[in-house]
Amino acid sequence: MIAQVIFILVLTASVYLFSKNVAKIRRNILLGRDTDRSDNPALRWKTMAKVALGQSKMVKRPFAALLHLFVYVGFVIINIEVLEIVIDGIFASHRVFSGLLGGLYGLLIGSFEVLALLVLVSCVIFLARRNIARLKRFSGVEMTSWPKSDANYILITEILLMAAFLTMNAADHKLQLLNFEHYIHAGAFPVSNFLAPLLPDSATALEMVERGCWWFHIIGILAFLNYLPYSKHFHIILAFPNTYYSNLNPKGKFENMASVTNEVKAMLDPSFTPPPAEVSRFGAKDVTDLTWKNLMEAYTCTECGRCTSVCPANQTGKLLSPRKIMMDTRDRITEVGNGIDKQGKDFKDDKALLDTYISREELWACTSCNACAEACPVNINPLEIIMEMRQYVVMEESQAPASLNNMFGNVENNGAPWKYSNADRLNWAKTE
Amino acid sequence: MEDTTIVTESKSDIGHPTSEILHVPTMAEMVAAGKEPEILFWVGCAGSFDERAQKITRDICKILQHVGMSYAVLGTEESCTGDPAKRSGNEFLFQMQAMTNIELLNAYNIKKIVTGCPHCFNTIKNEYPGLGGSYDVIHHTQLIQQLIDDGKLKAEGGESFKGKKITYHDPCYLGRANGVYEAPRKALEVLDTELVEMKRCKSNGLCCGAGGGQMFKEPEKGTKDINVERIGDAIEVNAQVVAAACPFCMTMLSDGVKHFEKEKEMQVLDIAEITARANGL
Repeated sequence: MIAQVIFILVLTASVYLFSKNVAKIRRNILLGRDTDRSDNPALRWKTMAKVALGQSKMVKRPFAALLHLFVYVGFVIINIEVLEIVIDGIFASHRVFSGLLGGLYGLLIGSFEVLALLVLVSCVIFLARRNIARLKRFSGVEMTSWPKSDANYILITEILLMAAFLTMNAADHKLQLLNFEHYIHAGAFPVSNFLAPLLPDSATALEMVERGCWWFHIIGILAFLNYLPYSKHFHIILAFPNTYYSNLNPKGKFENMASVTNEVKAMLDPSFTPPPAEVSRFGAKDVTDLTWKNLMEAYTCTECGRCTSVCPANQTGKLLSPRKIMMDTRDRITEVGNGIDKQGKDFKDDKALLDTYISREELWACTSCNACAEACPVNINPLEIIMEMRQYVVMEESQAPASLNNMFGNVENNGAPWKYSNADRLNWAKTE
Repeated sequence: MEDTTIVTESKSDIGHPTSEILHVPTMAEMVAAGKEPEILFWVGCAGSFDERAQKITRDICKILQHVGMSYAVLGTEESCTGDPAKRSGNEFLFQMQAMTNIELLNAYNIKKIVTGCPHCFNTIKNEYPGLGGSYDVIHHTQLIQQLIDDGKLKAEGGESFKGKKITYHDPCYLGRANGVYEAPRKALEVLDTELVEMKRCKSNGLCCGAGGGQMFKEPEKGTKDINVERIGDAIEVNAQVVAAACPFCMTMLSDGVKHFEKEKEMQVLDIAEITARANGL
């Protein structure tokens, strides 16, 4: 009875805390300016099913894709087990699904065990890739101590959770064989079978191990749930809405700024009266100038570095790293959100995404080649943020590099980016 | 890079006599004669002014003339699409250019456009419709592929590329930006050459380094130039010809070849040039 009360209290508190933090992230995302992504729901569902659920973009790196698939499928399926644990916890039952599912229960527990082992092994390999093999993709200027620790904490937690799950099953199995109290014969234990010899033989000791692991496992999961909003691991949730709201246009199509269209129309046609402008600024200086989708992407990023590893600028030693663009955006919007929590919605500080976080040198190194957007397994587009920031630098500050200002002048005066007279445009047809 | 790098060619490169005299009709002439061309050839700034790209422009015209397709260019009425301005953050200038061009194109009642440049292709195809300019836009490699598919264009009567190792460099604004990966490759397949792929190709293709306004500025500080990195990929597969489909890539790749002093072993040719040569145009 006391155990039940404690369980219900812990469960309620963690779900409450988690919802509160998720609501805060949602609020932060909605600080971004509006963009319409409500069109074509059928294609959006399809994109989400393919990219997030089906992990279609992961396969470009087959080994990582396979390991990730084990962890992903393990996570999704083992959640059925978590449901059983929660019900058992609330109602003081034991393996409540065994009665409902009969023979199927053995198959279920058996497959959970196999998956748990695969998750465990995958996470060990992932840890080794990061800390022993030190894959280049996991380093870089933005990969400071926190992002590195974050990745390790996630992997170690998953290893511990899976180990607890398997140890719990091993003890349970042994208790079943002893016909001890309520430990009914249920489940199949293809993996934990091998752990059984390592456990004590006395029923009381086994029960302590079983209960200890049960509590460790479920409290671990609830703690992990509450770690998510502070971690890159939040991608397990946001990957779904983020792919749903994907840009469905060809990657080369950049948005035309409506506010500019009105001004240009008014310039070309004096009789045109533009609707009252609502934009106070062209382009993005800070995170609140970006769209909510840009901000959602920042929270979705799991720092895998596929974008940076294919970025032509980054590969040739330039400062630009698309992953850093996303991480900086997330860190800044989190900072702004925390500021609003403390000082109210008119919060202002002397920082901005531009210059405080992202330098101009990074912005101007981009070739707009879309390799980053193509590489992202969850359809994040760092290029959009880079372009919005360039727009601010050029249109609000007139701070484009001098050579680009020359190019603008040429386009404006001669209709070509080079200093040639438009009258000579057809000269190519006269030569040879 | 004040002006674009002009690649001077050796005589042997041009060694094909023009079989027909090139006549390039302009839209203004067409309209004056009461005619409407089947397709507008949007030449682009590089194709108009860059000496190396001008040759590709002429080859596109030769191909059009060879297959008897009625076409016209805008000539001195053409102006920059605004792409370099937009990618560099100058949305005002982009939209000024776009709206002026759209006004002209609509006045001429243009329906179908072929471009000689993936940047023009992308901009007119994707970004003009929202500003009132909707056209059926294709890139010249797509036109070549269609002509081959329709049996109107073959690879005969000209230079043989048989057995030559050719690799194709995907321009970002054709490939990733618009998903056009196969048309340029099909145009090369008819040549009976040995088509080899670089390790980074198609959706994984590496940029030449010129996009996003980089063509018009010095690169940021780094350890290497992007075009040098890219030509490294072509050298790795021992390509004799690097096939390009974009005038900016042409400049960058040619400079990359020069960097390695491989001008004798490796040629950078546009798909239009290869097609024209293979047909003796």
